[in-house]
Formats: sequence, C-alpha cells, structure tokens
Amino acid sequence: MDAISHHLSPLWISLATGVTATSITMIAGIAAAAWRQRRTGPLSPIIDAIFLLPLVLPPTVVGFALLLLFGRNGPLGKFLLGLGATVVFSWPATVIAAAVVSFPLMYLTSRAALDQVDPHFLQAARTLGATEWRIFRRVALPLAWPGVLAGTILSFARAMGEFGATLMLAGNIPGRTETIPIAIYFAVEADDLRAAVRWSAIEMGISFVLLAALYYWTRAAGRGVARWARS
Amino acid sequence: MGAELSMGLEVRIEMRLPDYDLRVSFQAGDAPLSILGPSAAGKTMTLRAIAGLERPSCGRIVLNGRVLFDSELRIDVPARRRRVAMLFQHYALFPHMTVAANIDFGLRALLPPERASRLERIISQTHLDGLQNRYPRELSGGEQQRVALARALVTEPEALLLDEPLSALDTHLRAQIEYELLQTFQAYRGATLLVTHNIAEAYRLGENLLVLSKGRIAAFGPKKEVFAHPASLEVARLTGCKNFSRARAIGPHEIEALDWGCRLRTVQVLPTVAAGGELRAGIRAHHISFMEAEATPAPSGAAAMPPENIFPAWLVRSSEAPFGVTLYLRLHAPSAGSPEYHLQAEVSQSDWRRMQDRPQPWQVSLPADSVFVMGE
Repeated sequence: MDAISHHLSPLWISLATGVTATSITMIAGIAAAAWRQRRTGPLSPIIDAIFLLPLVLPPTVVGFALLLLFGRNGPLGKFLLGLGATVVFSWPATVIAAAVVSFPLMYLTSRAALDQVDPHFLQAARTLGATEWRIFRRVALPLAWPGVLAGTILSFARAMGEFGATLMLAGNIPGRTETIPIAIYFAVEADDLRAAVRWSAIEMGISFVLLAALYYWTRAAGRGVARWARS
Repeated sequence: MGAELSMGLEVRIEMRLPDYDLRVSFQAGDAPLSILGPSAAGKTMTLRAIAGLERPSCGRIVLNGRVLFDSELRIDVPARRRRVAMLFQHYALFPHMTVAANIDFGLRALLPPERASRLERIISQTHLDGLQNRYPRELSGGEQQRVALARALVTEPEALLLDEPLSALDTHLRAQIEYELLQTFQAYRGATLLVTHNIAEAYRLGENLLVLSKGRIAAFGPKKEVFAHPASLEVARLTGCKNFSRARAIGPHEIEALDWGCRLRTVQVLPTVAAGGELRAGIRAHHISFMEAEATPAPSGAAAMPPENIFPAWLVRSSEAPFGVTLYLRLHAPSAGSPEYHLQAEVSQSDWRRMQDRPQPWQVSLPADSVFVMGE
C-alpha cells in the first residue's frame, strides 16, 4: 500500500461505509416505517422498542450483540460460514455496525414524515383504483420526501461517525476496517496528535456540511409544504 | 326492505361511531340524492362506507347489481375495485402532480391512446384547457374543484359521491360552481350522492333528500315532499323551519295552535295521533306574509278564526341581514317590553322599508297551504 492511499484510506473507508450503510438503512427504514404505519397490533410497542434500541444502547452493547450474532458460534455467523463468508473483522462488518446504529434515525424520521401525509390523498388514490404499492410509490413517498431525505442525511452522518459498535465487530485493520473515528482513537493512543487533529477536522467538516445541507433543504422543503397546505 | 334494484345504489349499513350507532338504509338512482344533516350526523361516514374507505359493522351495499359489501356473505370489495368516485371536501388533489397528472392518475389501466383521448375530452368538458401543467396550489378554489371533479369522472365511475362540495369555496364562487355541478349531474349517468349541511344547497342540488340526524334517517323522499310535509319536528327543524306551536285538532282541516293562541285552517289532512298524543303545527319564516295596511282587521268575538289565517301582530324586534330582514312577531297583543315572540318571519329589504313605518298591529297571514301539521 503506497503512502498517499495509506494516509487517506480512513476517509475512503468511512465514505464507502457511510454510503453503503445509509443505502441499506434507507430502504430498511422506509420499509419498516411503511409497514408499521399500516399494521398496528398488540405487539406494536415491542416492535417499536426493538427498532429504537440501537439509538439508546451504548454502541459497545450493540457491537457486542452483533458480535454474538455474527461470530463463529452465532446463528448468522454459522449460516454465513456455511456459505464460506466471515463477517467479523472485515469491511462488511463496518457496514453492518453503521447500518444497525443509524437505522433508528431513519426509521423515526420516515415514520414521522409518512404520518404527516394527509390520509385524504391516500384515500383519494384508493378510490381512483390505485394499488397500495402504487399509492405508496406515487403519493405517500413523494409527499413524505422532505422528511425521508432529512432522515437519510441524519443517518449518513451517524453512520460516518460510528465508533463503538464498529470497533467491536470490525476491529481496527488499517486499510480495511479503519474508519475515521477509529483512526482518531488509535492516533490519540499512539500519541500522534497531528493525525488525530487532522481526522477530527475532516470528520467535523463532513458533519457540518451535512447538517447545514439538511437545514437548508428542510427549510426549502418546509416552504414547499406550506405552499401545498395553503392551496 | 323492497326487492333489490338491479340498477342504482342500494345501501343498508350499520356502523359503530364514537357517540352513537349509524344505521341507514336507502336507495339512489340517477336522480341526485342530497344527504342533509347537522355536523357529525353520520353523513360523511355513510359516503366513506359506500366508497370502501370505512368498513360497516354489518349490512349490505349493492351498486348496479354488484355486491360491494355484504357482512353475511363476507364480501368487502376494496375501494380501488368499487368504481365509486369520491369528491373530498378539500378535494385532496395530489399537490406534487400537475392538473393533467392528477386527472390521469386513475387511468393507468387503459391503453395510452385511449388514456390520452379521455384526458383531452374531460379537460375540455370541465373547461380546464390551458391549466394542464399547473400545480393545484396555482389554481383558484373553483378550478381546484373542477380538477377534482374531472379526476373523479374521467374513470367513468358507477357512483359519484360528493362530500360538502361547495364548503371550501368563497361565497362569490359558490353560485357559479353550484350551477356547474348541476350541469355535471345532468350529464352524469350513475348514482349521485351529495352530503351537505346547507339546507339551500341540499335543496337546489338534489332531486331527492335524505335527512340524517344522529345516525338515523329522519326523512327520505322527493325534496319537495320532505320540505312541504316534514314527517317530524326534527325534520322540520333540520330543513330550516323556525316556527312551531303545540296544536290540537278541531276538524279535518282545522287546528288550534296552542302556543300561538289561534285557530288555523290547513290544506293538509291532519295526521292521526294516538290518544293523548299531541300535534305540532309549523310554518316556515318565508311563508308568513303581511297584508297591505288597508286590509280590515278581523272582527273579534264571533269569527274566532279569520278566513285566511290572518291575525294582528306586533313587532318585538328585527334583525337585518344584507338582503333580508328577520322579524320577530307577537300575535294578538303588543309585546309590552317582553322579548318573547310567537313567530319569525323573513321579508326582503325592500318590503321592510315599505312596512317598517306602518302603524302596528300589522295583519299577518299564515297561508293554509303553508301550515303543516306533524304528529308528536
């Protein structure tokens, strides 16, 4: 591995992890939100609690739970081993950790955004002969889009910053699983303050740009929604 | 219930609502049916059940011989397959789609050429040319309503349900849109149901009238019939009648109005009431007329009942609206400062200007053909 790519590899790993994890989270979060919005039963509070658990648990607990699940003796680990794949201490492990930790943010914001859609639009679509899938795709999702996008940005920022669960499940393998937060931790441990400051500044820059974009975007979308509401 | 109609809409449903049970049973054909009632009477719920947006707890809904819902047969056709169009109170136009996309939304099942020609036809029929690429927020209230109607009609539904179609419009638009709606109803072949809490709207837009109160049908029939002969005090009130008096039958066409202290002739044959049961007399405020000043007052004593139900009346107070005046009247004797009145009459501003300086008492007439008598 040459010097430059070694220098920058935590950034690329973090970005690749963030994009992949957010893509998974986005689909899973929207699907879970849509599913939970439609079906409520006696088990609803329990399902909601499970979905939100990664938000409140210490990331080390999430990482440890994932380690048990994906480890050699874990149910998913055994299954994947049967297919010849090991997840633990590999790049996919950073994606899994980031996706699980960012999922609650995506789920919560998409759920809130879908709940905000005036049910009359959905009912009108129903009387016009549309299937539930078409209503979701053409009416509910486009109208909930500002909120869904906000959830996506938040999830991405969260996935980029994931540390505890990633370290537990993926470890610190330079060039493979060493993301920016992990690089910062080991730079401080190794007394390499310059590297720690550099990575911290990069992480802060990315997060700041994302949050500013989120703020501008939701404000613009909010104006659009207000216009619809008036019309 | 009579035999099932093969054409038209037949509804017999029961539904639990928070405050009471909705229980309605009626039929509707091509003639528009107005459903009138106070808010929360179950009007909108009835429409939603027919459209398939709410599930009744039991009953049966049949449209043109097609069973849409039958609790015993466990049939519940989903809204999208009912071919029942609904116009929502605030139109529910998709805000992120253009006018054309909104109207086209229901045409997905058709082939593109048929789709395009239907879209074009309905846009010209509903005078929406030139607005195809606008978004709902860029339209006036009247245009939005036309788009909603176009979107509903373009799918060629077998029934058209309208929930308070004029309530979201500014007053100055209502007359025009109401006229357009009437024309649409005339052209449309299918069951037409219209929900409103506005008495005048219900009367002008519907042929038949269904009066709903607290989840029950209080009256159902041709509108003229329902207005001329309200079946009960409740129906009379809900159709806008303000004047009521307890009454006692004297002859087949004669009553004594106890609260008004007078005898009245009626054209209507009096309803028979159970022994001890009471009659109620009513007259609408617009039907009370005022005799010209020269008319001689009825001689008192011998003729206790003047031939045309004419009585002396004193004004208790008046209330002016932009184009009409409501007069609160006391019969037989001056009010002497008391705010109590016997009758409310509606007169035009010009009539009011002519009569307001005339010496009292005025001679008021309660025309025999306008007096109606109800049981209980």
